[in-house]
Amino acid sequence: MSVKSTSLSSPASEASASQDEVLAPSNLVAFAGRMWAVLFLIALIVFFSIAAPGFFDLFNFQAVGANMAVLLVLGLGQTFVIISAGIDLSTGFVMGLASVASAIVMQSLTGYPLPVIILLGLMTTLLIGLAAGTVNGVLVAYMRVPPFIATLGTLSVAEGVAYVLSGGPPVSISTRGLGFFGNGFLAYFHPEAGVSFLGMPDSVTGTAVRDVVGFFPLQVLYIVVLASFCGWLLGSTRFGRHVYAVGGNPKAASRAGIPLAWTLFKIYVLCSVSASLAGFLYVLRFNGGVANAGDALMLSSVAAIAIGGASMLGGQGRILGTVVGALVIAVIQNGLVILGIDPFWQYVAVGAVIIMAVLVDQAKGRFFP
Amino acid sequence: MTTLAPHPVSAPVSIPQVPHPEGLTPVLRCRKITKRFGGLVAVDQVDFDVYPGETVALLGDNGAGKSTLIQTVAGVHRPDGGTIELDGKEVDIPSPLQARDLGIETVFQDLALCDNLGAAENIFLGRELPGKAYGFLPGLNNARMRSEAKTVLSELHINIRNLEAPVRTLSGGQRQATAIARAVYWKAKLMIMDEPTAALGVPEQKKVLSLIETLKSRGVPVIVISHNMQDVFEVADRLFIMRRGRAVADLRAADTNANEVVRLMVG
Repeated sequence: MSVKSTSLSSPASEASASQDEVLAPSNLVAFAGRMWAVLFLIALIVFFSIAAPGFFDLFNFQAVGANMAVLLVLGLGQTFVIISAGIDLSTGFVMGLASVASAIVMQSLTGYPLPVIILLGLMTTLLIGLAAGTVNGVLVAYMRVPPFIATLGTLSVAEGVAYVLSGGPPVSISTRGLGFFGNGFLAYFHPEAGVSFLGMPDSVTGTAVRDVVGFFPLQVLYIVVLASFCGWLLGSTRFGRHVYAVGGNPKAASRAGIPLAWTLFKIYVLCSVSASLAGFLYVLRFNGGVANAGDALMLSSVAAIAIGGASMLGGQGRILGTVVGALVIAVIQNGLVILGIDPFWQYVAVGAVIIMAVLVDQAKGRFFP
Repeated sequence: MTTLAPHPVSAPVSIPQVPHPEGLTPVLRCRKITKRFGGLVAVDQVDFDVYPGETVALLGDNGAGKSTLIQTVAGVHRPDGGTIELDGKEVDIPSPLQARDLGIETVFQDLALCDNLGAAENIFLGRELPGKAYGFLPGLNNARMRSEAKTVLSELHINIRNLEAPVRTLSGGQRQATAIARAVYWKAKLMIMDEPTAALGVPEQKKVLSLIETLKSRGVPVIVISHNMQDVFEVADRLFIMRRGRAVADLRAADTNANEVVRLMVG
């Protein structure tokens, strides 16, 4: 039998791969399907810009960016978990526990230099994240407990410990200067004193402070750094490739020599560390920690990931998608507030968007690749 | 066992054997491989050799133990008894990764591809080439992996236009070809194919069979597990038949026919 060079291309793959058919209607539908979250975000911005006076404003956009920081960071690690076909329900209370624990440590250090306080607070945060992630990772990766159950247990433990540590009410930190790291800007401008970086111009005092405008919130800087890191980790490294493989076909991944359990373990540790960092951002922003700080945010972060195009069945998703998803939620919340609509309606709006995201995801297989 | 045997042999020591040239070292030599699952003896003291450049069909009814035997070689199961030699050296194969490191590549029945990844990504799965991300961060060399994938696929006369498209968008034959290309790219010393033509259309079956011929022409020994007699006689040099965990015959393809093989398989 001779080797023939017959093509194995199926008609379907030829249609989707052909370069000159990019502008065909079906490809436009496919393009819109892949990019719908971005298109939807643009539509939302246009809508609120017209309907809500004061929405289309640099300072409002900065506020949106700063407000979404905690939600997004909570979602960054979760994105890895969801791509691996898992779920981490514990992120909200790991975030709360990290905020409480680091706030207690930072408050007990009152009087020490600010950098020491921040550094030890950050270390406490990371320790909480590593501990929770290790528990989740061992349970899911090595003891084969379904992620839903394992992380539900961790959720309850983290919640309990957070309430025991804090006693219930928020733990506040009275160190001066800490607020800047949570609410400050990269640059400031005052009509008379001019521009200054990482702090208001020294000459500005008293009521003149009201004329100072800030540019680029530090919270936005933090999320740019963290999202870039996660984007690189997921999109450009072996580990990231293995996350997709584990979510796509764990059996195939393991037969290809990918250490299944170790990869899953790292994913859950990463997720808890990212949740704890969300808690730290919360501490910086509000100068205190609360046990239930992230309670409502866990589901919102999963919503952001779903809107960003990740499949809840695993194997699919991107950090950039999660960023867009978080922006969609933040813009809806902000726009509805400016419109003066009862804030409870935002839950309805976000819920509708989630359902839309899932429908688009399902249509993907049927109507376009 | 004699009561069960309408054919001349059933004990592993006395099955009909193809004479092999003296002094030629088998690529794979299995001796007295035994694998039990609880009380079930799936593979019972089987001797199995594969010589350089030959295609061996491993045949047997469902539950004959052929997949289990092959999975001990592929590192999926660990045998409870017996030894495996590769190129004359005894080896321990505790994991699929170890098997791949030893040069044993397996194309599994369920393909072992990640449907959500592209052909190039699948070919390099678990052995990604390192490179740079954004020019300065450690990352993957995607361009090189794509071009290498393109080269090996075209060497095998496989046409996949978009190496980045998820393999779930490819046809069954293209997917099978991707799995085979992976084995070829990584210079398999021994290639194992579990039901390579099952679930394929006729033209794609032909293509896969021609790929097996290509592998043979490159001197890579291939073990094919199959139910399809026509396929078996088209590509195999030798037939190794199992029944109820035991080896029952080892025949040259030219010396036998489908009727005899079926009779040996069902006993």
